[in-house]
Amino acid sequence: MNRDTSISTRDKVAAGLRKRHRSELTFRAFGFIATAIGILFLAVFFWSLIAQGYTAFSQTYLTLDIEFSEEALAPGGQLDLEYADFDGVVRQSLRQLLPDATDRRARREMNRLVSIGAGYQVRDAIRDDESLLGTTQTMRVPAASTVDMVMKGNIDRTLPEEQRTASDRQLAWIDQLAEQGRLEMGFNTALFTNGDSREPELAGIRGAVMGSLYMLIVAIAVSFPVGTAAAIYLEEFAPKNRWSDLIEVNINNLAAVPSIVFGLLGLAVFINWIGIPRSSPLVGGFVLSLLTLPVIIIASRAAIKAVPPSIREAALGLGASKMQVVGHHVLPLALPGMLTGAIIGMSRALGESAPLLMIGMVAFIVDVPAGFTDPATALPVQVYLWADSPERAFAERTSAAIIVLLAFLLVMNLTAVILRKRVERQW
Amino acid sequence: MDNEVAVATGDAMEHVEYVESDANPSGDTVGNVKSDDAFISAEDVNVYYGDNHAIKNVTLEIGRQQVIALIGPSGCGKSTFLRCLNRMNDSIDSARVTGRITLDGEDIYAKNLDPVLLRARVGIVFQKPNPFPKTIYENVAYGPRIHGLAANRSELDQIVHTSLERAGLLKEVKDRLDEPGTSLSGGQQQRLCIARTIAVNPEVILMDEPCSALDPIATAKIEDLIDELSENYAIIIVTHSMQQAARVSQRVAYFHLGKLIEVDETSRIFTNPQHKLTEDYITGRIG
Ligand SMILES: Nc1ncnc2c1ncn2[C@@H]1O[C@H](COP(=O)(O)OP(=O)(O)OP(=O)(O)O)[C@@H](O)[C@H]1O
Ligand SMILES: [Mg+2]
Repeated sequence: MNRDTSISTRDKVAAGLRKRHRSELTFRAFGFIATAIGILFLAVFFWSLIAQGYTAFSQTYLTLDIEFSEEALAPGGQLDLEYADFDGVVRQSLRQLLPDATDRRARREMNRLVSIGAGYQVRDAIRDDESLLGTTQTMRVPAASTVDMVMKGNIDRTLPEEQRTASDRQLAWIDQLAEQGRLEMGFNTALFTNGDSREPELAGIRGAVMGSLYMLIVAIAVSFPVGTAAAIYLEEFAPKNRWSDLIEVNINNLAAVPSIVFGLLGLAVFINWIGIPRSSPLVGGFVLSLLTLPVIIIASRAAIKAVPPSIREAALGLGASKMQVVGHHVLPLALPGMLTGAIIGMSRALGESAPLLMIGMVAFIVDVPAGFTDPATALPVQVYLWADSPERAFAERTSAAIIVLLAFLLVMNLTAVILRKRVERQW
Repeated sequence: MDNEVAVATGDAMEHVEYVESDANPSGDTVGNVKSDDAFISAEDVNVYYGDNHAIKNVTLEIGRQQVIALIGPSGCGKSTFLRCLNRMNDSIDSARVTGRITLDGEDIYAKNLDPVLLRARVGIVFQKPNPFPKTIYENVAYGPRIHGLAANRSELDQIVHTSLERAGLLKEVKDRLDEPGTSLSGGQQQRLCIARTIAVNPEVILMDEPCSALDPIATAKIEDLIDELSENYAIIIVTHSMQQAARVSQRVAYFHLGKLIEVDETSRIFTNPQHKLTEDYITGRIG
């Protein structure tokens, strides 16, 4: 090479410095813009979500003076919790507040102002305390979603009557009730205590949250031990040959398989062949663990690979057995990485809906699942179900469910971070 | 065969000249590979890393209470040979060892021999310090603990303290035994690794340049330790320092390009080397 010795290293470096600085600046500007775009998208996403969803956390309640009359509830002198006309009692007290509804049509419209949940509330009250019979109690019952929507300003009063869900008469009554101080906004407890419902004001996400929780428990209980054990075996014990390469390629491919395929597999194997009850968190959890296994295996293998070989040599050189090397040195160092893998896997599992559709978890389920074999649904599926409903009240609940899903995710990730910090600080 | 390959590639010309012009064509080692009271004996050992023939037909005996220094230019296979003696090469997938190595008459590559037991008897200090990311105490206590050498905590404390003392580290660390071993300086880490190895009380100690990161004072301590240990143990030490080899060893083995060129008593090697390569190396013409 033709080297010009008259120019010293110093001059050559100095000549190139500007170019280096420029490329660094360009890169930093590019990185900054990329980050800013990411944050912008995130901000827009959260803003629209919260703007749409925050109203779902409050709900309009109606205060009624309910007369637990014996003739209405226990006509034969005997209280019959199954067949007593609880709705009638509620309607009766509403009629006292709004006496101008005389004809049948008007009454029917008026009845629609109060949620059917009110009747259940009356039933529960008397079931818990029979001495209420014959007394009059002031009760706070949920208003129908129409009232709620009017109160939240989601119904445009300027529209012609036939294009509104609330009629002119209903609007007048609502104003009247509001004036009497009978309507008030309160925290929407039903959203957190109820399962799904056809009535938006009674629909809650507890069923979906519990379903998701049970599924995640199953998924982590299956995929974490299996995934880490497989990773340890593949990295530390399995001979490195064509077979292990083949397995490696397959695991990597598995991580990219569309999740719905796992749903089909779960349907064929877990439900049809093994006979696990369909729609249950148990089968959902198994399907999700199929999904998270490759993720956990790949992350765990990377974590194990990252343990410096000199540590292994040191332990082996002292006479530690293979198992001791893994247990005493490799695992403690790899555990944080493995936990990260598990959390990435679980986050993915929590957000999955497609495979759950295949195993019947998309059904309309009112009861909150009490165990791993009860029919259940999951948060993302609940989002899908509500997003599909035409009522305006379900739209805000959809956003609320997404907010809860994100909060769930946040709690899960935070737990993982804390757990990881704990493990990392171990020595 | 290897020579032909080297000639063909051209870049190893210099070495090939040595081998062809001066060396013993048969590949035999000059000097005396035998030892009185042989404890370790290697016969016709060959090591291959894939296609790389790293150790070629090495035969060597090492005595029971002997310090033998392995010297030779970088990359000549000293570490590789050392690692054969406690089967550390097992964990390198590409490495293949042939020949026969016995420890006290027992074939260490025999099928029924457990490398765990072998490594408890033949300890090793690696070329690069590699303390565990655990406390100083745990580093030293680890070996005795896994082998069940201490009956209780106070015995373990005792082992840890004497090992650190012998490695010349106790004074510096006795107030910070709970700190991570990785927080020590490079030289301190090396001494920690030595302490860790002697804590197991092995019969043979393999040392791969144990003093390369140490100052003269710590080096002197380690050399004293080697002297002391050699009363009971066989010690095989790789070193790049002729002075060190002269100070601590009874015998010296000179390696060159995977071959054991010459072995003899230390005084003879340094005063009257038989082989031209050895002479060139110790007088500073190669290396
Ligand atoms: N793990 C390995 N895989 C493949 N080849 C290796 C490996 N370790 C060593 N070698 C090769 O074996 C030969 C001998 O290496 P070795 O480490 O034994 O040399 P050395 O004499 O200890 O050198 P140094 O004095 O620099 O430590 C070298 O050519 C090296 O490239
Ligand atoms: Mg070496």
